[in-house]
Amino acid sequence: MAAVHGDAHGHGHDDHHPSGIMRWITTTNHKDIGTMYLWFSLAMFFVGGTLAMGIRAELYQPGIQILEPELFNQFTTLHGLIMVFGAIMPAFVGFANWQIPMMIGAPDMAFARMNNWSFWLLPVAASLLVVSFFVPGGAAAGGWTFYPPLSTQGGLGVDLMIFAVHILGASSIMGSINIITTILNMRAPGMTLMKMPMFVWTWLITAYLLVLVMPVLAGTVTMLLTDRHFGTSFFNAAGGGDPVLFQHIFWFFGHPEVYIMILPSFGIVSEVIPTFSRKPLFGYSSMVYATASIAILSCFVWAHHMFTSGMPVVGQLFFMYATMLIAVPTGVKVFNWTATMWRGSMSFETPMLFSVGFIFLFVIGGFSGVICAIVPIDIQVQDTYYVIAHFHYVLVSGSLFALFAGAYYWLPKWTGRMYNETLGKWHFWLSMFFFNLTFFVQHFLGLAGMPRRIPDYALQFADFNMVSSLGAFGFGMTQVLFVYIVINCIRSGEKAPQKVWDGATTLEWTHLPTPAPYHSFEKPPVLK
Amino acid sequence: MSSKSVATLAGVSALALYSSMSMAAGEQSKYNLPEPQSVIAQDIYDQHIWLMWICLVIFIGVFGVMFYSILKHRKSLGYKAANFHHSTSVEIIWTIVPCIILVVMAWPATKTVIAMKDTSSPDMTIKATGYQWMWGYDYLQGEGEGISFFSKLSTPRDQIQNKAPKGKNYLLEVDNRVVVPVGKKVRVILTANDVIHAWWVPALGIKQDAIPGFIRDTWFTADTPGIYRGQCAELCGKDHGYMPIVVEVMEEGDYAQWVSAQLSAAEEATEQAEVDVNTEFTLDELNAKGEQVYAAHCAACHQPNGQGIPGAFSALDGSELVNGPVAGHIDIVINGKANTAMTPFGHLSDLDLAAVITYERNAWSNDTGDVVQPSDINELRN
Repeated sequence: MAAVHGDAHGHGHDDHHPSGIMRWITTTNHKDIGTMYLWFSLAMFFVGGTLAMGIRAELYQPGIQILEPELFNQFTTLHGLIMVFGAIMPAFVGFANWQIPMMIGAPDMAFARMNNWSFWLLPVAASLLVVSFFVPGGAAAGGWTFYPPLSTQGGLGVDLMIFAVHILGASSIMGSINIITTILNMRAPGMTLMKMPMFVWTWLITAYLLVLVMPVLAGTVTMLLTDRHFGTSFFNAAGGGDPVLFQHIFWFFGHPEVYIMILPSFGIVSEVIPTFSRKPLFGYSSMVYATASIAILSCFVWAHHMFTSGMPVVGQLFFMYATMLIAVPTGVKVFNWTATMWRGSMSFETPMLFSVGFIFLFVIGGFSGVICAIVPIDIQVQDTYYVIAHFHYVLVSGSLFALFAGAYYWLPKWTGRMYNETLGKWHFWLSMFFFNLTFFVQHFLGLAGMPRRIPDYALQFADFNMVSSLGAFGFGMTQVLFVYIVINCIRSGEKAPQKVWDGATTLEWTHLPTPAPYHSFEKPPVLK
Repeated sequence: MSSKSVATLAGVSALALYSSMSMAAGEQSKYNLPEPQSVIAQDIYDQHIWLMWICLVIFIGVFGVMFYSILKHRKSLGYKAANFHHSTSVEIIWTIVPCIILVVMAWPATKTVIAMKDTSSPDMTIKATGYQWMWGYDYLQGEGEGISFFSKLSTPRDQIQNKAPKGKNYLLEVDNRVVVPVGKKVRVILTANDVIHAWWVPALGIKQDAIPGFIRDTWFTADTPGIYRGQCAELCGKDHGYMPIVVEVMEEGDYAQWVSAQLSAAEEATEQAEVDVNTEFTLDELNAKGEQVYAAHCAACHQPNGQGIPGAFSALDGSELVNGPVAGHIDIVINGKANTAMTPFGHLSDLDLAAVITYERNAWSNDTGDVVQPSDINELRN
């Protein structure tokens, strides 16, 4: 236990930080900041979720009942933006803050003060988004992809959204630089790159992707801003611009972005599966190469979001082939997880359930991804509910399920207490049931011809929409259970031992007590 | 054994689903793409089914192994973990096999893509223009050349507001259908007046964005006469859900009749327009006509009561512009206002514009007493 400072020179450090609200505003501690990221993302998850409930309530029956079309468009737009930028991405950064220093044997993040700043930008940006509902004209209503010229038509809400995106981008870039620097410079002696835990590897690659594409997003929203207010015509044909240019720039950011939201999930699942299979990860190095290949390929496939925008045949073919190619490294990952489980000695606590659920549903999302990559089929399903189903299979049962897996896996280490296993399993099975009820039928809706982003629909879509809405309400309610489980765990969970999971092998389990002390690894651990 | 039964169950349910799909194909399927009505749509339909089978086989393979393992290799059954963690040959195999499967998938798709993009030597060409929120059609070349009309949703507002029972083709019906002859290659040229729209008819297997300021094209050849319905597929603002596309495919003879009826109606309309330009209308005549035009083109944003939607769409009731000089009012209606939702309405006839502007200047609390004549509009055009 030499690595834990507490035994050596008391708990002196813990007394330096201010208490109460100032502790959280001024903190530079990676654990405090990680906690704030996680609570923030959970709060935003419920804001975005409430918007989703509104959308599904309107779509429960044909006709306009609850949301007028303009407000409906604001709901879909902000649901997307808040879930992507407010819930999923900050949640992964929260995991990175908590876990990366503990998993590589570092005392903290490399830039502790910048870490504080990159978190505190988030509530500002989130407030801009939420407040935009109450300004004249309401929130942005052009979809989370805010294509011009539609987005040049909007009111003040669009400007607030643009500033929010700028701020979120700045926060992400700072967070990523911090993560890259920490991983490259602060590993414990003996932890070579190819010995790093898989979660750290996936975050390293994700952080590079973020640094690459976030400035592109900032650039394109700036161009939109100057088109709106300063007379430029980047995206206005009447002034010599091109609306499709926006789509190219946006998706050059947007496609790597979807991998930014899935690669850290791969990392979490790659930690959980070996632990509960009590067997090392199969094909570690091929997992690293597969992650890197996915990241690199993701920069060459953006125009598959634009197959109907009218591009030359060679362009369509190139982007079809490149997109299909991503299935190869992704397949390698799934095969490796399966091989890790094969002949393991498995047990199925909540983190493992969410991880297996992740693989099962993510593969369905992957298959529909390959189907969408085939240009002729994509022509039919583009901008329909098929696409909605596809990306919710990768983002909800993908990213979100992996986040739940990670939360249950590390909660005991973070809080020092166990969550309620029975309730955790209920959370999993209810989520699994309602998720599929919500989204599986949307494949059928899309194939049968229901466009996305419409507040009202033809009568042949009525049955499945009702099923989907019922599923969504159930899924929403189930997530309240998660909040209860977490609070219950913090307040009155049983005391957790140092090594909660007997199959765990990473440093936070083998070298740190539970709960992890406020300052850990002030002296680097000794690796064999 | 239990994993076998899981696999069998999955296979049986997939087959059941598959057969229910083909059974339902006679009508509008609820589970699958609509029954194809063109060569391209047929290709898409077949490739989709074929890919579903490939995916299903892989799915059963991978999860058969995984669930066998989940059932057998459990700690609770006392199964001891093996310790292998690497095998280069296995890794190579499961990298190469998927590559081969992808080539098998990509080959037919490539042929279809090349066919889809071949818009050369069409029998006729139609230009479709997206407006917020309707479609405009101009028959540019081939039989029917010169025909031009707008096509708007014809579902009554009451059905949408749940004040009347919804009809069979709720939200998928229009006032003027696009009519084309069967078996002819129709090239569709697309553009838009304001924001991006997308022209999509699932049964014909075509979807193409309509981009303001640019021209895109696509094509179809309909196999059988019938009525095929689609919708705008690119978010285009408030009434995106309310701009359907209805294509009516006719036998050659019927089509020829339709064309001559349209052309003679168009001729009459042109003559009428020439007369209108030189006619002086009374305030009441223009107001009556203007109210209809307003309801069709303006009320969606500016609202029937002229109040607009604060922050999004400006109010006309009491507006400075509407109560100001006539020329400024005409200018904004004909040319629109850059970077706002106010798009140009220059495509309307002189009489329609004169009527609607007169109406706006005298409706609600507006009381200018101005009468705008079609000749005033004609003068200010260009």
